[in-house]
Amino acid sequence: MSVKTLTIDGKMVTGMAGETIFNAAWEAGIRIPRLCHVGGVSDVGACRLCLVEIEGQKKLLAACLTPVEEGMVVHTNTERLRAHRRLILELLFAERNHVCSVCVMNGQCELQDLAAEAGLDHVRLRYQFPKLGVDTSHERFGLDHNRCVLCTRCIRVCDEVEGAHTWDVSGRGARSVIIADMGEPWGQSESCTSCGKCVQVCPTGALFSKGRGVGEMRKDRRFLKYIVTAREKHQWIR
Amino acid sequence: MTVEELFELHSEEQARLRRLENRIYCCTAAGCVSCGAEGLRSAIAAAIKAEGLEGRVEVCGSGCLGLCSKGPLVRSAADGALYGELPPEEGALLVRPNPIDRQRLAAKRLDTNAPFFARQLKIVLANSGQVDPERLADYIAAGGYQALAKAVTEMTPQEVIEEIKRSGLRGRGGAGYPTGLKWELVARQPSPVKYVVCNADEGDPGAFMDRSVLEGDPHRVLEGMAIAGYAVGAQQGYIYVRGEYGLAIQRLQTAIKQAEREKLLGNRVFETGFQFRVDLRIGAGAFVCGEETALIASIEGKRGQPRQRPPYPPESGLWEKPTLINNVETFANVPPIITEGGDWFASIGTETSKGTKVFALAGKIAHTGLIEVPMGTTLRTIVFEIGGGVPGGKFKAAQTGGPSGGCIPEQFLDVPVDYESLTNIGSMMGSGGLIVMDESSDMVDVARFFMEFCMDESCGKCIPCRAGTVQMHDILSRLTRGEGTAEDIRLLEELGALLRETSLCGLGQTAPNPVMSTLRYFRHEYEAKLASGGRQ
Amino acid sequence: MDSLTKKPRLATVWLGGCSGCHMSFLDLDERLFELHRRAEICASPFTDYKDFPEVDITLVEGAVTTAEQLEEIRHVRRRTKILVSFGDCAVTGNVTAMRNFFSVDDVLDRAYRETATQIVGIPSGNPAVPRLLDRVRPVHEVVKVDYFLQGCAPSAEEIYRLLMDLLDGRTPALAGRKFGS
Repeated sequence: MSVKTLTIDGKMVTGMAGETIFNAAWEAGIRIPRLCHVGGVSDVGACRLCLVEIEGQKKLLAACLTPVEEGMVVHTNTERLRAHRRLILELLFAERNHVCSVCVMNGQCELQDLAAEAGLDHVRLRYQFPKLGVDTSHERFGLDHNRCVLCTRCIRVCDEVEGAHTWDVSGRGARSVIIADMGEPWGQSESCTSCGKCVQVCPTGALFSKGRGVGEMRKDRRFLKYIVTAREKHQWIR
Repeated sequence: MTVEELFELHSEEQARLRRLENRIYCCTAAGCVSCGAEGLRSAIAAAIKAEGLEGRVEVCGSGCLGLCSKGPLVRSAADGALYGELPPEEGALLVRPNPIDRQRLAAKRLDTNAPFFARQLKIVLANSGQVDPERLADYIAAGGYQALAKAVTEMTPQEVIEEIKRSGLRGRGGAGYPTGLKWELVARQPSPVKYVVCNADEGDPGAFMDRSVLEGDPHRVLEGMAIAGYAVGAQQGYIYVRGEYGLAIQRLQTAIKQAEREKLLGNRVFETGFQFRVDLRIGAGAFVCGEETALIASIEGKRGQPRQRPPYPPESGLWEKPTLINNVETFANVPPIITEGGDWFASIGTETSKGTKVFALAGKIAHTGLIEVPMGTTLRTIVFEIGGGVPGGKFKAAQTGGPSGGCIPEQFLDVPVDYESLTNIGSMMGSGGLIVMDESSDMVDVARFFMEFCMDESCGKCIPCRAGTVQMHDILSRLTRGEGTAEDIRLLEELGALLRETSLCGLGQTAPNPVMSTLRYFRHEYEAKLASGGRQ
Repeated sequence: MDSLTKKPRLATVWLGGCSGCHMSFLDLDERLFELHRRAEICASPFTDYKDFPEVDITLVEGAVTTAEQLEEIRHVRRRTKILVSFGDCAVTGNVTAMRNFFSVDDVLDRAYRETATQIVGIPSGNPAVPRLLDRVRPVHEVVKVDYFLQGCAPSAEEIYRLLMDLLDGRTPALAGRKFGS
């Protein structure tokens, strides 16, 4: 595999051919915001937070899906990108019912962190207040649609790592919801193995372990790296 | 069928048609069917039988005759007369008219020298209304499949591509990508398996160009696809047609069966080594499936959602194989380019946009219907000469490109219609829907309508489109209710820029266009709606 | 600026909230003396006033939930130079806005009929009981807000830092704060 040299935010960075800009940047200590990306499963480029400017390219491209190329000049943190990211986060907060103060993930939530990082101190858009349910039919876990950002991490980890494909999206547009199997209550899903991987990768409090109070939920993503390393390199290392 | 047999059938059928005393063409496109074309056709058929004229006078169905607002339409081949709004009992008079009948019919006769007909130039719709879409022999009599015969027996794939490149044909789905270049990209791929896909998922409100082509001349699309398959090296084609187009689906199924039976599609096309099959895939009505990557996902049996491009389908498309995707109208342009030559095609149109464009005229216009004009025709000619103007009102704006396009105000009526000039004035060619609005139209409400459409049709994958269309629609609704603020207009512009620059696919990227263009040309209408008290 | 004391005039207002933000304000403890030294505290939920005074800075706790609060906040805005949304209910609607999932009628039914034990029935015609708005709204949806202090509730330290920044004429550094925290 050949090595590509590129510039990200003025810094010389190297990446392997086929590696994404996102990975190359993170390895070089340049943190590009992201919500739908989680290391270890495939990328979909849906959250649009990792969009970057590439010199000579008119379109903004998702860093998580764009492979590095020799001589590329990438900007990850321009005023234009920051403004877009802030507005995308505002859209997310207004879309569903993110009441941080009563959420199990309060303080550990990736959405909260992204907003803080973006300097988002209020939402200028109208909150939509959709009526959404909470599925607590599973004996160990819960799914609160109010807090779901539809990043589809749960779908991908369940399909690609656990191999169960319990989760999917039903409906379209703003009416999209995550469903178990063919829309059954989670607790009645025949495909779910209760492995909890979806809960661990969920960036917000949408998927949570039962019995946690406000701010008590902690998520552990290290398991994913362990499994992926074991599969790809046959090394069972934590 | 061999090439010789094709030409034999061509002459035979032409001779047969010449021997007929008359052939009466009843428009059986969806518009005329919905206003009684089938009843009219059976009445004519019954009259033929009653008069004992079978074998001498014939009645047949035909594709769109154009002037949908006057349906059901009938064309009488003997004298070339076109009749509109004909009740069945009057249709029966066409079979053997006496002088009194002739007088009665004359009242229903449409003036084919009127600008609506005279100012058009038909390439894509050349056979529409001239052939029975359910008879292969009709298409062959009109010269059908001769282009495919020429391509596979006399030309190399590279020569076919060169001819398309020389023609200057650009994608008719809306974006206007040069067709020849796209074909070349697919042809260059080393993969042994490639696909040709015809995008017939026409979904813009008020657009019915592709539907009319499929209903009126299905073999032309199959022939165009087969030529494309030969040029790029594909053996399989798919037509992705929306489920709402029942008649188009039925005619395509008939056409595919006929072509397969005559070996015009299948294993050994014209007994050469070239093989090409076409299958239908029926869409379930999601607008986003007209976006090529979502369309591919849908054909693959997955949820119809787009993905980031690159990779573009010519590199990695259907089942990750090189895939050529063109729109119905694009494929329909291919056979005449091959028979007449690329130079002939390139002589029509403007510097950057060659050939003709089919438009579906709708809204506040006298002649609602389907027209085909050379690229570069002005909007004024289309609306006022061909379309007959705005009945009882004053022209305010025309919307092209549907929910992805923009409105064109009066001051641009003399701009020649081509890809670049429409983009320059904030609209787009789009697939060919043209909705005319008069002064009674509230432009903020028009923008709200299109935003509601995009909001409902957003697939929900990317945040800017999923949540942004909701917020834009929310603001537009507030404005139409008189509750909006100046801050709301600023937010609308900010959201518009976000959707355009960050949405994953064309649906979201172009969703703000109607808002942006109405803000550009009718900003005063937005400002007139602002709530007086500032923040409410 | 107060004409007698020559100090900037400060007020706090309590709309639809749990008063937790004001409790946090009281947690300033002995720093209240410092605040008193720097500013004239002229109105608060504990002050008896007929008409909201002209002030330099107002901290608004809570979301806008009733017609009366809507009038009040508009009045406060007119009389305030710098208006601060104080805490998550003012900034986002927060818990107060959770009633927006239901219609006002359902909310009143639940509160005054289904769960009432002593006096059952929705109060109506009594001007002392203000009319609920159709939906709870964050403060900036109804009036212009100059600064936003997130948190449920913001800590005394953050409140102190914000006030000192404003009193010193600095732009308050609010970056990095989280909703809900």
